[in-house]
Amino acid sequence: MVETVAFPPARPIGPLDQRASHARARPAVRMALVPPGVRLSFRARDEAAIARAAEGFGVALPREACRFSSGGGRAALWLGPDEWMLLASGDPDTLFATLEGALTDLPHSLVDVSHRSVAFTVEGPEAAAVLNAGCPLDLSLQAFPVGMCTRTVLAKSEIVLRRTVETRFVVDAWRSFAAYVWQFLEEARREFL
Amino acid sequence: MLLITCPYCGPRPELEFRYAGEAHIARPEDPSGVEADPWGEFLYNRTNARGPYAERWRHFHGCGRFFNAIRDTTTDFFLATYKVGEPRPDVPARAVASASTGGAGER
Repeated sequence: MVETVAFPPARPIGPLDQRASHARARPAVRMALVPPGVRLSFRARDEAAIARAAEGFGVALPREACRFSSGGGRAALWLGPDEWMLLASGDPDTLFATLEGALTDLPHSLVDVSHRSVAFTVEGPEAAAVLNAGCPLDLSLQAFPVGMCTRTVLAKSEIVLRRTVETRFVVDAWRSFAAYVWQFLEEARREFL
Repeated sequence: MLLITCPYCGPRPELEFRYAGEAHIARPEDPSGVEADPWGEFLYNRTNARGPYAERWRHFHGCGRFFNAIRDTTTDFFLATYKVGEPRPDVPARAVASASTGGAGER
């Protein structure tokens, strides 16, 4: 008699799951994983395409350098004069198909990069100081206000950094660099109890 | 750390940038019609100026855009940055003077 065992549905393992669940609590700077979501890289120079993408996505694509706009659980990050990162939750294929359908006759590039990177938050009164351990950007509120986002470097790795609240940053690091970035910040925050 | 002003993103740390050679070198429209000497000139010969020098830079870990910059090669000071396609700006004489007094490359 063969016994059948029902396994729970497979859940993808993220490169930071282990580290995040073992992270030590430090109230000055907390680090926590952001649940996996949809990331689309959208590029276009055509004004009509940009407008059509914003309409399909439901969030205006910011035209000011290094800013993001958000609403309804979605966000559009300005990464270059003709490049945006679109963040959402849910099924990537549905959103992709919606946008691709809206843009079908216009010159553009839309790529699903959901699995390219891993995001986590760095939050707390000393968040900027910890990030500045590896990132030479000026992270004061005047130079890097809430609503700003940019691609930049952290130590030896490239990240996408954005400030959602005065004391909260979201770091988006490429998958294979994620463990390095996390560990770097983990060591930097040991300074703060 | 040196700050370089990206024409799109503003002042950023130099780590985010990549150097991309001399600016304002136009590729011949019809390469196969160009004689060997001018072609070699186009490929290999660069001004290598001492003082203000127009260069291409790329904001690699940022907006990813190429832009042009005028850098004083004796002091490593950036005198101006401007978008690709814009004409080379006249660098203010004051900027040249103040940049050239601060450098270690003075004779």
